[in-house]
Amino acid sequence: MSKKIGDVILDLQNISLRFGGVKALTDISFDVREHEIRAIIGPNGAGKSSMLNVINGVYHPQEGVIIFHGRERRKMEPHQAATQGIARTFQNIALFKGMSVLDNIMTGRITRMKASFIEHALWLGRAKREELEHRKKVEEVIDFLEIQHIRKTPVGRLPYGLQKRVELGRALAAEPSMLLLDEPMAGMNVEEKQDMCRFILDVNDQFGATIVLIEHDMGVVMDISDRVVVLDYGKKIGDGLPDDVKNNEDVITAYLGVSH
Amino acid sequence: MSVGTTTGARDGLQTFPRLLFHHAQVRGNAPAIREKDLGIWQTWTWSDVAERVRALASGLAALGFKRGDNLAIIGDNRPHLYMMMSAAQCLGGVPVPFYQDAVADEMLFVLQDAAIRFAAVEDQEQVDKLLDVRDQVPLLGHIVYDDPRGMRHYNQPFLHDIHALMEMGRIHNRNHPDFLDTEVEQGRADDVSVMLYTSGTTGMPKGVCQTHAAFIASAQGGRQIDKLEATGDILSYLPMAWVGDHLFSFAQSLVVGFTINCPESGDTVMTDLREIGPTYYFAPPRVFESLLTSVMIRMEDASAIKRKLFHYFLGVAKRCGGDILDGKPVSAGDRLLYELGTLLVYGPLRNVLGLSRIRVAYTAGAAIGPELFSFYRSIGINLKQLYGQTETCAYVCLQPDGQVKPSSVGAPAPGVEIRIADNGEVLVKGPMLLKEYYKRPDATAESINADGYFLTGDAGFIDADGHLNIIDRAKDVGKLANGAMFAPNYIENKLKFFQYIKEAVCFGHERDQVCAFINIDVGAVGNWAERRGIAYSGYTDLASKPPVHELIKTCVDEVNAILAHDAMVANSQIHRFLILHKELDPDDDELTRTRKVRRSFVAKKYQVLIDALYGGQATQFIETEVKFEDGRRGKVSADLRIINAKTFPAAQQAA
Repeated sequence: MSKKIGDVILDLQNISLRFGGVKALTDISFDVREHEIRAIIGPNGAGKSSMLNVINGVYHPQEGVIIFHGRERRKMEPHQAATQGIARTFQNIALFKGMSVLDNIMTGRITRMKASFIEHALWLGRAKREELEHRKKVEEVIDFLEIQHIRKTPVGRLPYGLQKRVELGRALAAEPSMLLLDEPMAGMNVEEKQDMCRFILDVNDQFGATIVLIEHDMGVVMDISDRVVVLDYGKKIGDGLPDDVKNNEDVITAYLGVSH
Repeated sequence: MSVGTTTGARDGLQTFPRLLFHHAQVRGNAPAIREKDLGIWQTWTWSDVAERVRALASGLAALGFKRGDNLAIIGDNRPHLYMMMSAAQCLGGVPVPFYQDAVADEMLFVLQDAAIRFAAVEDQEQVDKLLDVRDQVPLLGHIVYDDPRGMRHYNQPFLHDIHALMEMGRIHNRNHPDFLDTEVEQGRADDVSVMLYTSGTTGMPKGVCQTHAAFIASAQGGRQIDKLEATGDILSYLPMAWVGDHLFSFAQSLVVGFTINCPESGDTVMTDLREIGPTYYFAPPRVFESLLTSVMIRMEDASAIKRKLFHYFLGVAKRCGGDILDGKPVSAGDRLLYELGTLLVYGPLRNVLGLSRIRVAYTAGAAIGPELFSFYRSIGINLKQLYGQTETCAYVCLQPDGQVKPSSVGAPAPGVEIRIADNGEVLVKGPMLLKEYYKRPDATAESINADGYFLTGDAGFIDADGHLNIIDRAKDVGKLANGAMFAPNYIENKLKFFQYIKEAVCFGHERDQVCAFINIDVGAVGNWAERRGIAYSGYTDLASKPPVHELIKTCVDEVNAILAHDAMVANSQIHRFLILHKELDPDDDELTRTRKVRRSFVAKKYQVLIDALYGGQATQFIETEVKFEDGRRGKVSADLRIINAKTFPAAQQAA
């Protein structure tokens, strides 16, 4: 691979997140560089999804500093994250089941629509031009993910693996600079996983998007990520290249239990 | 009529490149090729195509492509790949389309055999395959790819983006403005225009060399029979390496001037079919079958009124639809009902199927069930059959409008002569015959006899209407004791068209009459039995029920009635049959893995049953060992009843 990993674009410093008395994340620091694939791994309940939610502004950590593109941010709402170029997919698919694949992916363009509600309703002025432009972008995503044959199919009728792909498509439609993927391969069979891996690598390669992903399948993580963060009980226990993490004592203990 | 020789083409239009530039002149703004890309149908007019072909050909020449070179074409039906075919022909080269889903090792043989130096491929997948075998194909010097996706990190100097090639060609064209026209001028009608590899079920694949003249004559014959027009549309979705696609999409489009439409991807063909609404369509029987099944299943979910309406009008169509299509006399009442049906049912149905603009639809490649065939014709779709092989440009017989019978493949096409050899083999002669097998003079000599007839390897006969009926592969055909021809496959196919019969094995070679083993279809017969309240436990039990015997007997009787119609096969009526106590199974070596009956093995294994059939017994006890899927063995035994079928006197030849 000849890709260029750039500077740090997201820097998380000493993040702590509490829900009442429950400590979800404790004093976690790590960074994400431009164009890299950064994996977050850890056992169940380690705080991985909370970490993603902190990054895209769903949760607000009580302590710590988040620096995104060189600017420190304190309180940010999810839609602000979206306009700043962060898109995500969810662990449990969050699509509009009754809407077609095309319409679902179109919703990914919403933050980029400029025409007013009235213009859209009356199909006036910018609305038409914009719609064409957005549709073109959406079609490119459909072509990229090879889902032309289900373009008009309601999402609820699709098998799980394809729904996951559609959700990735919606995130891609937002043309994100950073993509957060929450277990993109959960519940997939081997073939679907291979497809998804290929798409993630292609997104990274061709769109140049930075990818932060949570995944349980160690084979996948070790294959496709550039660097890996390991969490356990809300604490960071490892950080580094896949091979380093694989041989880290604490990580082995967390995953396999203590050897006696 | 003067069609049939190379003079069928107008003066000066004897090669495909000349035809292309001719269309660019006379209908430059008419659509030549469409492709759905990013959800929208993109159109190239004839002048667009001519400009691109000119650029591609000049680009190829700049890379060193010369007269007599072969150009591999590997990919789905893509406009640029069709244009690359033309580009190679402009330079006097020969396009060699490959089956795009073959793995690299399978491509290796053809790459070596055809001495491929240049390849035009669709995408990264195909490039990777070629790179895999590149060290075994030292001649392969340049690979041109159409889709740049995923190709960013490939920087080998012998890989070329097709757009870069076009740019190179445009520059070459500016510097040598007369070059290409001179090259095209040098093309002659009896130059090889394309090389199509036969699939090689027997031995290694052979490259069939066809000339411009052969394909142009075949395309013109088709135009004449089907009155094809330049305003037509065809959906091109079958492999480019298949002779049918080359005839329908490439040759006929260039001869007639109609539009090729390339689907978005293999998975979207059905949607694209509906959007394009082609006027000219080809599909193998299984596509028509699955289309019909999907409609029938959806009708089951429709409201009661719609369902009633649907079935009522399908009844009307069955009664008179085929005759109306054939222009035969039909009573005024039926005609009125049919018109109403067109309004309420057939029209919308054709629309849903994507076939509302169809003028001609063809099927071939396998036997199509007469019910299925008649269904499409009855709702007003002009579905027809044709017969031909790679060596004859897929052009031997066509069913002319108004003379369509499900059983025959039609009358000899214009310019084609057919003769039946003494052993029943179909021999053909005409302008569409292959020039040669590539580098295989021995095979060429074997396939064409002293009188210039090509040996098809199929056995058949000409029926009373002068139509060719194909019955079997010639090597499977035997003789009855009285000398009459015996074609087991032909009879078995007739039996298997009944949904209740899953498999059949006929015997009769060197015997005085034909007898048969039959496997019932548990699904269909089981369903039938349930509706009649007949309880059964499994296949063996069901197969032993007397009502089932009666049911199968009516099927066999019906087949006999059909066989009696043709003097050639009237002697092959089934006299006695039995229903096997177990299903023929590949695990027991009775069928091949592709589910073809291993005739001699079955005959040996069940010798006792054959003896009983010919010995006149009424029942026979049999015990057979079977293998279960987990490897265990068991025994199945039964007393099989042998049933006498009804036979009919043979119809007179004149009837």
